[in-house]
Amino acid sequence: MNAHLLPTGSAYFITKETDAPERHTLSVLVDNEPGLLARVVGLFSARGFNIESLTVSETEHDKGLSRITVVVVATPKVLVQIKLQLERLVPVHKVHDLTAEGASLERELALIKVGGSGEHRAETLRLADAFRANIVDATTESFVFEVTGKPSKIDSFISLMVPLGLIEVVRTGVAAISRGPEGM
Amino acid sequence: MAEQMTGAEMVVQALIDQNVQHIFGYPGGAALPIYDAIFQQDSVQHILVRHEQGATHMAEGYARSTGKPGVVLVTSGPGATNAVTGLTDALMDSIPLVCITAQVPTTLIGSDGFQECDTVGITRSCTKHNYLVKRVEDLPRVLHEAFHIATSGRPGPVVIDIPKDVQFALGEYTRPEADGFRHSSYKPQTQGDLEAIKVAVEMMLRAERPVIYSGGGVINSGPEASKHLRELAELTGFPVTSTLMGLGAFPASDPQWLGMLGMHGTYEANLAMHDCDLMINIGARFDDRITGRIDAFSPDSTKVHVDIDPAQINKNVRVDLPIVGDCGLVLEEMVRLYRSITNEPRTEAIADWWKQIEGWREVKSLNYTPSETTIKPQYAIARLYEMTKDRDVYITTEVGQHQMWAAQHFHFDKPNRWMTSGGLGTMGYGLPAAVGVQVAHPDALVIDIAGEASVQMTMQEMSTAVQYRLPIKIFILNNERMGMVRQWQDLLHGGRYAHSYSESLPDFVKLAEAYGGKGIRCDNPAELDAAIQEMLDYPGPVLFDVLVEKDENCLPMIPSGKPHNEIILPDTANIGSIIDEKGRQLV
Repeated sequence: MNAHLLPTGSAYFITKETDAPERHTLSVLVDNEPGLLARVVGLFSARGFNIESLTVSETEHDKGLSRITVVVVATPKVLVQIKLQLERLVPVHKVHDLTAEGASLERELALIKVGGSGEHRAETLRLADAFRANIVDATTESFVFEVTGKPSKIDSFISLMVPLGLIEVVRTGVAAISRGPEGM
Repeated sequence: MAEQMTGAEMVVQALIDQNVQHIFGYPGGAALPIYDAIFQQDSVQHILVRHEQGATHMAEGYARSTGKPGVVLVTSGPGATNAVTGLTDALMDSIPLVCITAQVPTTLIGSDGFQECDTVGITRSCTKHNYLVKRVEDLPRVLHEAFHIATSGRPGPVVIDIPKDVQFALGEYTRPEADGFRHSSYKPQTQGDLEAIKVAVEMMLRAERPVIYSGGGVINSGPEASKHLRELAELTGFPVTSTLMGLGAFPASDPQWLGMLGMHGTYEANLAMHDCDLMINIGARFDDRITGRIDAFSPDSTKVHVDIDPAQINKNVRVDLPIVGDCGLVLEEMVRLYRSITNEPRTEAIADWWKQIEGWREVKSLNYTPSETTIKPQYAIARLYEMTKDRDVYITTEVGQHQMWAAQHFHFDKPNRWMTSGGLGTMGYGLPAAVGVQVAHPDALVIDIAGEASVQMTMQEMSTAVQYRLPIKIFILNNERMGMVRQWQDLLHGGRYAHSYSESLPDFVKLAEAYGGKGIRCDNPAELDAAIQEMLDYPGPVLFDVLVEKDENCLPMIPSGKPHNEIILPDTANIGSIIDEKGRQLV
């Protein structure tokens, strides 16, 4: 749903958005306080913005600050609104659009459970090695791999595991940071 | 510095330290410690309402008419949920409110306790910010911070949820000046970018078809902003129009005033917006009631947008020159920079533009067909205006046709005199808002221009007005219809009036008397003046039931999905055929 066209369910905005949606990663510096995450998530749902991935954790305990990494898919116009609306929240310090502001790094961790026996097990291990996946649990009928990397790398590892007996996957969501000496 | 006191005493002390003189509230189990503290002091006067929604609208009226924050105190559970409509209303219209809600004790939170609700969860999306205070140590800081957040930047409602055990707990109270602000990141930008303001002034000096479009931000910025707006208009000679929320910032008696713009705005204001080459938006947010069809909105203009809230820039309409800052400060700079270049208005350069505007004015889009047998609603408001314009008058409204007629036919020369629910469109706003205004201005004339449907939504606050001897005048334009709904059913649904007429209406005269006020009824245009005079002369609250023409449409009107230059004028015979299929889906 396009938030710009339907800000409050009103059909008044009948102009068609012509720009194509883009995937952007935002880094949000916030006061770590109760209800903060609900505030951010509530803003996205109230204004019809879509969240692709969301990662939250306290990063500076002394200052009581957390960093939220949120991946969104939206048109350029809506992206600006998302940033500005986030900045309106009282506990939000800064919002950086890492995708728009130059080079950045994205990493994600996944735990992937794969079943199988015989030939399949050997192939599974060869591929895991190629993806530098660690074996964190093993039984005679299964492995649990820990993979870190770009989301696209995890996507391809998972798709390779499907025919080999993929059982289930958990992913942390994206953590992202800008390249170079500058901090947020 | 620090004093020992209970959480409940802190609440009262913080109100005193924040110069709060009146609060609007309703007691209940979880709020009893705060009520006990209120009982034991005389600095803060508590106004007992009849329903918590009434308290929030009273606080809004109080805030809007004084520029100070309105304060509400309610209990947990239903007390808090009843306040939600007023909080949302205040958020939409940028009204500074501090709403203190009591909560069940911290030990019971989450247990589905009696009169428990997730107040911070429920009010998160209808407040500028909200707090659940679980430790008495945090309470003084939160109380002061709430006032700061409610009143600074773009104003709005702030909720403080205080569990009963925190109200009883002893702690150290700190004064507002103590530096304990938790949210260091909250720093609204008030000073506009000087370079951008310079560019705006250069644009003004080149403009040939300019229009100033002012909004509620000018009112919120304070009386100085209205003063600077008038200076700028005088200096440049530019025409001025305003949103519903901005009425009064620029005097309606000034020849440069075009009237309100938007869906029920004047022909000249809307055509000027459509055909201008420079639009200077000061403190308005390009609301859908203003823009109409967005891709046909003022197609050939350069747009300047002054707003204290950066998120409003480019939200609905792409602008050429955004200026983030307080309207008053930006207007002051605009005036100063314009003066530094010239003291001459652009009279000659925009003479043709004014000629065109005068041509549009000739259409007289607010005209209506007078009647000698029935009272036309527009006539009723026009007479009310004529008979009160020399007095210190404050107007509130409910929502619907009467609201638009009031905006069209009652004229305001001063800011803070017009209280209406613009963004949320809350029926039932006007009566309690009038109570709030009267509390703040005991000697002023306060009139709620109402409809018979809206006024019944918060009718019970008549009892509050009687209790506190607040002589509000409730001027009901009674057409026995939900007039705006009926008008839209005419426009869009073939005149099938599904549930838009009022049957079993109360006898408003008897109702007024039952409450202990005065009731007046009038259905004859020839007797209207005398009846209005009777209302004005009565020293207490009055319910005036004006029986008006039942099927009058509120015009002019820009129908859904149409641009400004396709406005429907009063002489249109059949409004049922104007809106196409696509437009029917719109609100």
